[in-house]
Amino acid sequence: MAEAILPRARTWPRWSGWVLALGLFLVLRVAGKGLAPWAFDWPKAQTVPVARWISAFTKWLLNEASFGLFTFAELTRFIAAVIDFPYRIVLSLLATGFLKGQGSGAVQILPPLAWIAVIAVFALIGAWAGGRRLALLVAACFTFIAIFGQWQSAMVTLASILVAVPLGVAGGLMLGILAWRSPLFERLIRPVLDLMQTIPVFAYLVPILFLFGFGPTAAVVATLIYAMPPMTRVTQLALARVPGELADLGHMVGCTPRQMLWRVMVPSARDALMVGVNQVIMLSLNMVIIASMIGAGGLGFDVLAALRRLDFGAGLEAGFAIVALAVALDRLSHAAAARQAGSVQGGPVARHPYLAGALLTVLIAAILGLVAPAVQTYPAAWELSTGTFWSRVVEWINVNFFDFLEAIKNAVLLNLLIPFKRFLLGLPWVGVAGLLAFAGWRLGGWRLAVLTGSLTVLIAVAGLWEKAMITVYLCGISTAIAMLIGLPVGILAAERDRLWTVVRAVIDTLQTLPSFVYLMPAVMLFRVGDFTAMIAVVAFAVAPAIRYTVLGLKGVDPRLIEAGRAMGCTEGQILRRIRLRLALPEILLGLNQTIMFALSMLVITALVGTRDLGQEVYIALTKADPGRGLVAGLAVAFIAIIADRLIQAGARAARARLGLGEGAA
Amino acid sequence: MSKTKSKMFIRGLAVSALALTAGAAMAQESADPIKLTLHDWTGQLITTRLMGDILQQAGYNVEYVQADYLAQFAGLETGDLDVAMEMWETTGREAMDAATATGKVENFGPTGMKAKEEWWYPTYMKEKCPGLPNWEALKDAACAEAFSTAETAPKGRYLGGPVTWGGFDDERVEALDLPFEVIHAGTDAALFAELESAYQRQAPIMLWIYAPHWAPAKYEGEWVEFPEYTVECYNDPAWGSNPDMAYDCGKPFGEIWKVGWAGVKDKWPGAYAAIKAFTIDNDEMGAMITDVDLNGKTVEAVADEWMAANEGRWKGWIGQ
Repeated sequence: MAEAILPRARTWPRWSGWVLALGLFLVLRVAGKGLAPWAFDWPKAQTVPVARWISAFTKWLLNEASFGLFTFAELTRFIAAVIDFPYRIVLSLLATGFLKGQGSGAVQILPPLAWIAVIAVFALIGAWAGGRRLALLVAACFTFIAIFGQWQSAMVTLASILVAVPLGVAGGLMLGILAWRSPLFERLIRPVLDLMQTIPVFAYLVPILFLFGFGPTAAVVATLIYAMPPMTRVTQLALARVPGELADLGHMVGCTPRQMLWRVMVPSARDALMVGVNQVIMLSLNMVIIASMIGAGGLGFDVLAALRRLDFGAGLEAGFAIVALAVALDRLSHAAAARQAGSVQGGPVARHPYLAGALLTVLIAAILGLVAPAVQTYPAAWELSTGTFWSRVVEWINVNFFDFLEAIKNAVLLNLLIPFKRFLLGLPWVGVAGLLAFAGWRLGGWRLAVLTGSLTVLIAVAGLWEKAMITVYLCGISTAIAMLIGLPVGILAAERDRLWTVVRAVIDTLQTLPSFVYLMPAVMLFRVGDFTAMIAVVAFAVAPAIRYTVLGLKGVDPRLIEAGRAMGCTEGQILRRIRLRLALPEILLGLNQTIMFALSMLVITALVGTRDLGQEVYIALTKADPGRGLVAGLAVAFIAIIADRLIQAGARAARARLGLGEGAA
Repeated sequence: MSKTKSKMFIRGLAVSALALTAGAAMAQESADPIKLTLHDWTGQLITTRLMGDILQQAGYNVEYVQADYLAQFAGLETGDLDVAMEMWETTGREAMDAATATGKVENFGPTGMKAKEEWWYPTYMKEKCPGLPNWEALKDAACAEAFSTAETAPKGRYLGGPVTWGGFDDERVEALDLPFEVIHAGTDAALFAELESAYQRQAPIMLWIYAPHWAPAKYEGEWVEFPEYTVECYNDPAWGSNPDMAYDCGKPFGEIWKVGWAGVKDKWPGAYAAIKAFTIDNDEMGAMITDVDLNGKTVEAVADEWMAANEGRWKGWIGQ
């Protein structure tokens, strides 16, 4: 990559290479159709049957793979049992009570925690971690769930989250630390992380169900696969950004490597690590819908069932119960991490007043619950519901504004979406592969060129070129729009704490509210098709665009801004020359995550009738064809990897050109 | 669901207590719960609840598991799940065939309900297209245009089911030379969201509707009458009005099957016989779906009513 960056004597200007490459590309595009039709459409007969190979391999893995003493499936079933154990305990505690026997023959030995007790315990955790305000917020979130009649389902969902999140955070942290310590491991794990985050869950759902059994455990495993990568990435980035002086100080006072890691590095990276924890919580809650499809039940099931009968109000209530859980858990984890431990003298009760309080509440509520059922289970008579209100709101908009909305939609479709789609679909795959390889070579050297070029060719060879281009078109436009919204909002919010609180609530909502909840009203107003899909993708992908921009801008050393001001910079100059530039690594990570999020929405967009790779994955699921699904899933991942590597290489090259040094990549 | 679940639990307790006596005959069979899958549409919830109630009356232990319609086959093959009460010929055939081919999943026979699927339009569209419901009216350019939108004009817009449902609508349009463009909805919820939207505005719409479902009960409309389906129509191009193409007719009626884990037969022979015997017809189901989705009754209440009204029938299935 060095040769692309080093300034050297040139007889041609820098951009001449690009002009040449684009020129060749254009010639191929215009003249190639007659001369070399295979460059546009990979001949069907030549398609490499990767799908069949993968199907055969999965079959072997499920039925025959063995380590001698036990089979692979037995190993995974064992892992499932290990995960299942804590899950059962939490579920019994929160939702079902402790049962003897199974199914309809089960007898309850102990009831679950009373709803009042659950609220009180979480409020006490809030008080312990962050004081009275947090306690009130958490109590309000849980009371909201109870009032809208979502208690039972919410506890089922909470149980799986309480198991998945600690596992995801611990696993992500470990992988992140390993990646930070060993560059080799980092290089090995990066493509794996990309695959974990970008292969749509539907693509590997069937094998997972076979391996881990049908039920909540498989859902937890799928959640872990999807939710862990951001934690790993953030950990690695955060550790790399800990100021060198701190590490030096640690060495000077004679820290062992272990002390160095856990006493110096991890605590000083805490703020950034919490972004990772936040992401694990958010993404776990994101999986609630898919988890409910494979036997986890809970709020996700309620959302799906409500939307199937077009009961928008019920869907929204269940959806916001998920958001309420997310907000409570996220704020609790933030506060718990930021809490300063103080020591108090006295007996066990005086030293642990909150723990004692929690135990006492649980006990009192349990006893009272025996006498007054209202204490044990939230009474149905007190439940509120928005009833048909939301359905009527949608109807009112539909009847009064449909023509107006239709006009906007048609304008966007005809002037932006369709031309761009036609343009991409008309490109020859040979040319695209060549161009991407050239970009890789200019930005990162021949290795990157080989990677981007060969991944592109692989997509074509697997016979997925057209669907891949539709994917690029949909996700590309959505990412661009998400960044156009996210960057300015992030810049505004980074400086204004009050605005940031509001914005954070909005993006937390967007990220955890199941997109189904707003997708079906969107279908009513915009019909099925690309436009509706785009709305859903943008709504979801705008969250990381904002979040990482704010993270980066807030992390800029205030002394540098002071220095800039002292030198007479205007606010605009400070923003452009200092803050944005120093925040570039985070903003680019944000762009990376925006693309990943957009791609992860493909499964949802398939549900409103797009014809992209997401649909291919969905079709494969319905035909019980794991090979076909995984190939389409891999194609999605390849697109993500190409975008990710080119962005990173471009950022490195840009930084080097600007003389910013290597920083944290 | 929250209320339903706790209620279900209490009811489960009561029923199993009642069933202790009745269950004596089944004592030699497994006491493990028979796991029935619940999907996300009302008809299936009712069918499953009826089957579960009947099995409990016969003294079996029953557990309901929420599962995706297609993903459930992974569970049915391994025996993690036992019974799925509604597998539609029209939408689940391929997944079902793939599963039964492994020998680990068994087809427990038809439920007695028939899936009706066809092109459907709201009654108010008859004004603009008076020849309906005869399909030949759709060939008229003015009629097709009445169903068009900006993207499809001058062709009519037909909203088909998700591609995963199959249905051969693209072929049908070509074979019958209809001036229509087929748009595929991605999911069944999207399909009905569009219908709801159009119906509220009394706007044109032509789409794929299936029954038993609440939609034909809620919205006033009719099925398009295509030449009646025969096996030859789909297999033999020479059949029908277009001598060169198959699919020049309407959609077939499809059975709705009961499927399950192949081990059920040996583990719970009595339950196996009861599940195989279970049948119900479209009209009964349609009425129950309407009660739940449009009249606001709970699935449990509707199931209880059916159990009370049909005691003779279900007692025969469990040999009492």
